[in-house]
Amino acid sequence: MSFTRRRFIQAAGSGLGASALGFPALVRAQSEPIRVGLLTVKTGPLASGGIDMERGLVMFLRERNNTVAGRKVELFVADSAGVPAQARTKLQELVERDKIEVLIGPLAAGEALAADDYIRQQQLPTLSVAAAEDMTQRNPNPWFVRGTSTSSQSAQALADYCAKQLKYKRMATIADDIAYGHEMCAGFQRVFEDAGGKIVQKMFPPLTVPDYATYLAQLKTNIDAIFLGFAGSNGFRWYKQFNEYGLKGKINVVGGMTAFDEAVLRNMGDEALGIITACWYSAEVDNAINKKFAAAFRSEWKYDPGFYAAATYVEGAVLEAALLSVNGKIEDKHAFMKALRATKTETARGPVSFDVYGNVVGNVYIRKVERKEGRLVNAIVYVYPNVSQFWVYDEKEFLKNPVYSRDWPPAKNLEN
Amino acid sequence: MQFWIVQTLNSLSLGGLLFLLAAGFSLIFGLMRIANLTHGSLFMLGAYLGASMLKVVPSLWIAALVAGLAVAALGGLFERLILRRLTGNALGQVLVTLGVSFIVADLCLVIWGGDPIPLSPPAALQQPLVVGGIAFPAYRLFVLGVAIVTAIGLHLLIERTRLGAMIRAGVDDMPMARAVGIPISKLFSFVFCLGAALAGAGGVIAGPIMSAYPGLDTDMLPLALIVVILGGVGSLLGAFVGSFIIAFVYTFGSALLPDLAYVILFLPMIVVIAFRPRGLFGRQRA
Amino acid sequence: MKWPLRLGVAVLLAGFPLFGGDFYVNLASQIFIAAVFAASLNLLVGYGGLPSLGHAAWIGLAAYISAWLYLRLGLGHWVTAPLALLATTLVACLFGWIALHATGLGFLMITLALAQVLWGTAYRWSAVTNGDSGLLGLTRPAPFGMSLDKPAAFYYFALLVSILALWLIAKFVSSPFGAALRGTRDEPRRMAALGYNVRLVRWITFVYSGFWGAVAGLLFVYYHKYIHPTTLSLTTSAEALLGVIAGGAGTLAGPIVGAAIVVILKSYVSGYLERWNLLLGLVFVLIVIFMPDGVVPGVRRWWSRWRGR
Repeated sequence: MSFTRRRFIQAAGSGLGASALGFPALVRAQSEPIRVGLLTVKTGPLASGGIDMERGLVMFLRERNNTVAGRKVELFVADSAGVPAQARTKLQELVERDKIEVLIGPLAAGEALAADDYIRQQQLPTLSVAAAEDMTQRNPNPWFVRGTSTSSQSAQALADYCAKQLKYKRMATIADDIAYGHEMCAGFQRVFEDAGGKIVQKMFPPLTVPDYATYLAQLKTNIDAIFLGFAGSNGFRWYKQFNEYGLKGKINVVGGMTAFDEAVLRNMGDEALGIITACWYSAEVDNAINKKFAAAFRSEWKYDPGFYAAATYVEGAVLEAALLSVNGKIEDKHAFMKALRATKTETARGPVSFDVYGNVVGNVYIRKVERKEGRLVNAIVYVYPNVSQFWVYDEKEFLKNPVYSRDWPPAKNLEN
Repeated sequence: MQFWIVQTLNSLSLGGLLFLLAAGFSLIFGLMRIANLTHGSLFMLGAYLGASMLKVVPSLWIAALVAGLAVAALGGLFERLILRRLTGNALGQVLVTLGVSFIVADLCLVIWGGDPIPLSPPAALQQPLVVGGIAFPAYRLFVLGVAIVTAIGLHLLIERTRLGAMIRAGVDDMPMARAVGIPISKLFSFVFCLGAALAGAGGVIAGPIMSAYPGLDTDMLPLALIVVILGGVGSLLGAFVGSFIIAFVYTFGSALLPDLAYVILFLPMIVVIAFRPRGLFGRQRA
Repeated sequence: MKWPLRLGVAVLLAGFPLFGGDFYVNLASQIFIAAVFAASLNLLVGYGGLPSLGHAAWIGLAAYISAWLYLRLGLGHWVTAPLALLATTLVACLFGWIALHATGLGFLMITLALAQVLWGTAYRWSAVTNGDSGLLGLTRPAPFGMSLDKPAAFYYFALLVSILALWLIAKFVSSPFGAALRGTRDEPRRMAALGYNVRLVRWITFVYSGFWGAVAGLLFVYYHKYIHPTTLSLTTSAEALLGVIAGGAGTLAGPIVGAAIVVILKSYVSGYLERWNLLLGLVFVLIVIFMPDGVVPGVRRWWSRWRGR
């Protein structure tokens, strides 16, 4: 049993020394370490992603010798086990006991919503990983910045690709019966149908269903493709059973950003070749930062970084850029928050900037599973640049509609 | 038409899987009156052990055998050292079995990590069986077959062997069985090990369908409980029939009444217990 | 010998927020909530001999009903609280009637099933519960105009409610009805022969237990200001049951101690130990081996053995 290394980086004794020399308070504050909190999931079914989040962030900090914008960084990691009430408690611990100044995470939408009012109350700058749409839409939290995406941001781009490039006409969707799955499929449906396609079947199996057999038997076979909005390992499990029922080759499979993440891909074989997914990241993204990051991650952990590892690595870069623009003065919360939202920087996922609600605007990559150097990778076949959470829709009109959900937009083309 | 055939086959194979899961639990609860709540985690442990074994020896049978024996050994140790002190202390049994299941689950997370690990079915069974234009995974039918064979085997063990007679005597009237000279504590250990072995081996056999992943234990344990309660405590036939009833209700229910997807597993049990607290074939009250 | 101890505890409890620091004061509030929840469960498990894995139903129902009435109908807390308690108690009447068709493992399973039905409904019926997003934007009540938003203020509120709850539960247990209840736990056939309606006694206990579970639910939703279906999950019920057994079912202090153990391990130790789940399991196993009746009876026994030397 090992103790968590809760404090990864200890401050040098510089704070003490500076105060002894009688430097003014501001300078003293500058030489104290910045306290960063990571709220993630290290136990339970979401553990795999949560552990990657920690790995990504630790790697980011270690590359910089735990110094960002000239100040040392102290990292505090908390495990919420994926339970919203627990996430809130852990956040209180990070804020009240560890006195963090900025938060990275949480992972799941329910956790972010549970922490929402506390974050507002504490005025805690938060770089969120969770994808819940309304946090940057109809109920925007002024202390939020999200460098990953909303649930549907990548799915909307994929729908466009399916309709215009792959020329699919009839599709089905299947996703976990959670807000994330609903929002993703709703976004996909809207863009796909606006481009002339039809979604003829939508399925939402419960998140912890033991077996997908009954859903596979209901699947219509007269469709061009099926869109998978799964999270965690469910996409992998569903796809395995999909093949066992002899459906491979009869129906094309396209996936959302977490359906066939790199972490899951490493346990798959040739049956995964050719699957198309869309995400704001791939380990194959071809820029200088990512080449270095992916190679370093692979050599340390023996697998490619995926959604979760990249999420915190990117958030780290955003944090660094914002800190640089305020000369490291994180203590001035309002200025720091403004800087966060005004950030425009290059990261492992490509260029990022933020819209007025704090959500990222960046590239969405259409990826295809290929074999390279003996392992499966998400090779990039197309790039949609400057994708925002609203796709091509007018922002005001988008926000007047209800939030994407299981029932909105209404699915008018379902067949029985 | 295709829908009905495939869903029926789905129900049958799921029923077989549920029986493999529930048989061990039913055996232990029937004889020893212990609700072994570690059962889900033993099942998961078996699946993980099987996955590791398969990397060394690509034979599902050997993996199932080794996993079954390993889990049986662990179960035996647990029974002898800990459970034995708690005869009659039902609440203590709940606490210790759940406590051990937390330990096993966390150890699995440490050893095997957070990602799901697939188990490959034997090569011969990897292709779907295609009859009349309907494709169905051959392996699932195989699981059904294994379940039936296991059921027959257990039935013969209990009804036709001396050991089985002793088990039946213990279930029917423990003090009398003791008085007649049946070595109850050795019998208990044997039955517990057998139940654990069934859990471990069951995890491996179910592995190609379920995969080994964190959370498999908490997904599977309620299913085992439902099957045993519905079917009736102490009855292997009950566990067998219960498995298939649950499987059919779940498979067709999820398809025809998707809004009830979360509750469909529990409704048959609630209904049966409300009218027949023994369960369908139970001999004593639970 | 006893009253100095009691005085000391009272002073500690009353003065804690003065030196505790926000985080620990909040942790204490959570322990109070868990203690009330566990004590209500203990009525069934310890005194009634009916282990239940469905207790989360009461937290969830009270929390959701209070939240929904507040958000959708705009009612004030002094209306939503009694309504939520009443509605939950009525559901407890129904669930109790269904569940008490069985005993032992059957009862356990039915309570589990009923709670799971509620859990599934919370996920699926998004029009009312907002499904997986949960209900946000809740507030804490302001009794007599005093805000409970500060940790210390809520601490005292939770402390007062907990003291009231535990006192009334203790009264119930030590009353003649409580004695009858224990009779039905230990000797149901004899009690029936004596003319007691065993089923009615158990049903009343079930409803009373559900009522206090609902009170814990209100404290819970006021504390978190958010409700999500995971609160209705099997994990919530299982943790409560484990806390009751570990602390000592059938004693008054047992559930409080057990709830404290679970909360501290889950919320506090998990900050220091990645393998806190394993530690939790280990703690339970050790408690069972060394104190098979629970911590409180075990400590009492050691104490009297120590005194007897």
